[in-house]
Amino acid sequence: MATGTFAESGADLELVGITKRFPGFTAIENLDLFIPAGSFFALLGPSGCGKTTTLRLVAGLEDPTEGKILVGGKDVTNTKPYQRPVNTVFQSYALFPHMTVLENVAFGLHRRGIKDAVAKAHEALILVELDHVANRKPQQLSGGQQQRVALARAVVNRPALLLLDEPLGALDLKLRRQMQLELKAIQTEVGLTFLHVTHDQEEAMTMADTVAVMNKGRIEQMGAPQELYELPRTAFVANFLGQSNLFTGPVAATTSNTIALDIAGNHIVVPTARAARHNGVVTVGVRPEKLTLHANAPAAKAGQNVLNGGVVKDVSFSGVSTQYIIAFPGVGDIVVFAQNMVFGPVVNEGATVSVSWDVERGFGIEDHPEVLGKFVPDDSTASIAVAQRKALSAELEGA
Amino acid sequence: MAFAAFATTAQAADAAPRKSSKIALVLLAPGLAYLALFFLTPLIALILTSLQAPALYGDMGEFVYAFRWENYVSVVNEYGETFLRSFGYALIATVAALLISYPIAYFIGVTARKWPAVQAIALILVIAPFFISFLLRTLAWKQIFSDDSWTVTTLQALSILGPDAHFTGTPFAVIFGLTYNFIPFMTLPIYTTLERLDTRYLEASGDLYARPSTTFFKVTLPLSMPGIVSGTLLTFIPASGDYINASGDFLGGPGTQMVGNAIESNFLVILQYPAAAALSILLMAVILVIVAIYVKRSGTEDLI
Repeated sequence: MATGTFAESGADLELVGITKRFPGFTAIENLDLFIPAGSFFALLGPSGCGKTTTLRLVAGLEDPTEGKILVGGKDVTNTKPYQRPVNTVFQSYALFPHMTVLENVAFGLHRRGIKDAVAKAHEALILVELDHVANRKPQQLSGGQQQRVALARAVVNRPALLLLDEPLGALDLKLRRQMQLELKAIQTEVGLTFLHVTHDQEEAMTMADTVAVMNKGRIEQMGAPQELYELPRTAFVANFLGQSNLFTGPVAATTSNTIALDIAGNHIVVPTARAARHNGVVTVGVRPEKLTLHANAPAAKAGQNVLNGGVVKDVSFSGVSTQYIIAFPGVGDIVVFAQNMVFGPVVNEGATVSVSWDVERGFGIEDHPEVLGKFVPDDSTASIAVAQRKALSAELEGA
Repeated sequence: MAFAAFATTAQAADAAPRKSSKIALVLLAPGLAYLALFFLTPLIALILTSLQAPALYGDMGEFVYAFRWENYVSVVNEYGETFLRSFGYALIATVAALLISYPIAYFIGVTARKWPAVQAIALILVIAPFFISFLLRTLAWKQIFSDDSWTVTTLQALSILGPDAHFTGTPFAVIFGLTYNFIPFMTLPIYTTLERLDTRYLEASGDLYARPSTTFFKVTLPLSMPGIVSGTLLTFIPASGDYINASGDFLGGPGTQMVGNAIESNFLVILQYPAAAALSILLMAVILVIVAIYVKRSGTEDLI
């Protein structure tokens, strides 16, 4: 790239038919991806899904087996890392141990022959509130400070595209929250394109404009966080991004705008527009926080799905909400998140209860039922991600 | 950082004053006794010898204790040039060994990481010469470089060497021998630091617009300084005092005498014990000064 100048603004990133094979396995299979300039894009997936490999391909640290990589419309597939207008915040930070913090930050500027490199490095350090440690060595800083130095070292170059490889993984919750806000603020302020790789669904939803959920080298679904959360297209997305209750059964009745499934004698209705498949055996789902718990069977109402005769198996209190696991004969276990509006649980273990939810809240996924079953609901990472996002933006405004 | 390279050798000496507990003293006693007996005593004896004067009406090699510091002046006058030659040869051999060893160490420690078998074989190849005596290996080179060897005759046939030219007895042969003999001592410490080199730093450097050559000089080389410092010390110190390679019986000749050869002949041939002792003390002092300056400089350069 041109020396002595900064990128005017963020650049588009386009991946065309990228395949990466390592001896013995395929990390990425025919991946197409377009990230518009100036956006904050998160690549979300479990470890080993190919997200870090994608990032390394963009940075030029790996060569794709097939396909093309375009940054700002220019094909960079065959260029070396130092020739690409891209900087990376590494998961391990990779701060040079033999240089001071200031030298680390000025490194990229010096290589490109930018004037006033030291002054610009100081500015970047002020941005991450670390100018007072400019003359220390990286190993004298805490993990969180090192992380911010790594961020300053990348951002100071004003790259057209900034790659973030799980950069917040090593931080504790409070610091992570603070860094998320800082990162988002920097991105808005300098208008760069951010590509953020993470396995933390909450982080992805909080920070990114667009989230792509990746699994086994493919992108399962891509879209705005809210869209992905409210209308997951696959069982993987439904359970990786938050938690879902899934039901599989044959379509028993169809109206002009709904389909109804027969699940062990219960009818579960889903809007046709929110279902991916409309006949045969299909899988539908609903988010646990959309369910209402009833101690007595509610009267049947139009526009409501009701399941009766469940037995509460487990009640766990988590502060904001309480999680109930309810066993319905023939249907299976259903998870309900109930806001803690009153003291103590509404029902106790062993109680017989009913649940109901708005038909409009349900969704139907693409997966054929035979491929299901390998997706086990991930209870440990359960959280109300949308609420978190709102809380964070409130915090951002408050700060 | 550079001091870290030196730390292993310096530890025994510094640890004594720092640990004051009685148990530590007891544990240190064998080491201290060893040092006193085998380092301090000979050193004092050597200093005393270096100040001896010839016995009046005595035989050759008969000296009495005195304070004849003029011994030092006379050896400097007589062997000043030999001193310079020693350090010059040692310096050239150290630089040559570094230039040859660094790529080898880099290959074994970094490039060959993916193939542990290659790494193991390459390391064995570096160490293998130790299985044959140092003297035998140097003698073998004398054979290879001798006047009627095929190397010399071939080079003469190709008119690269003159018809009367020699290999043995030239500074080239002596420096070659020194370089050859000390390559493993240079390669192994550099290998140990490069083997631990985190290649993520190299990736980060490339990501920050550094060309591979810049990455080498700005990142790889500074991070391998501890190995380079210990390797160069392990080569330079023994090479300056070496008397095998430069000896007329091996690769050297009358014009390639090093301090080691001067000490050897004063001690064993002409029986000038005070001169030999003074030469030894001077050699030790000069090496200490050079090494101190070198370690200090490489230690600070590291911070720039």
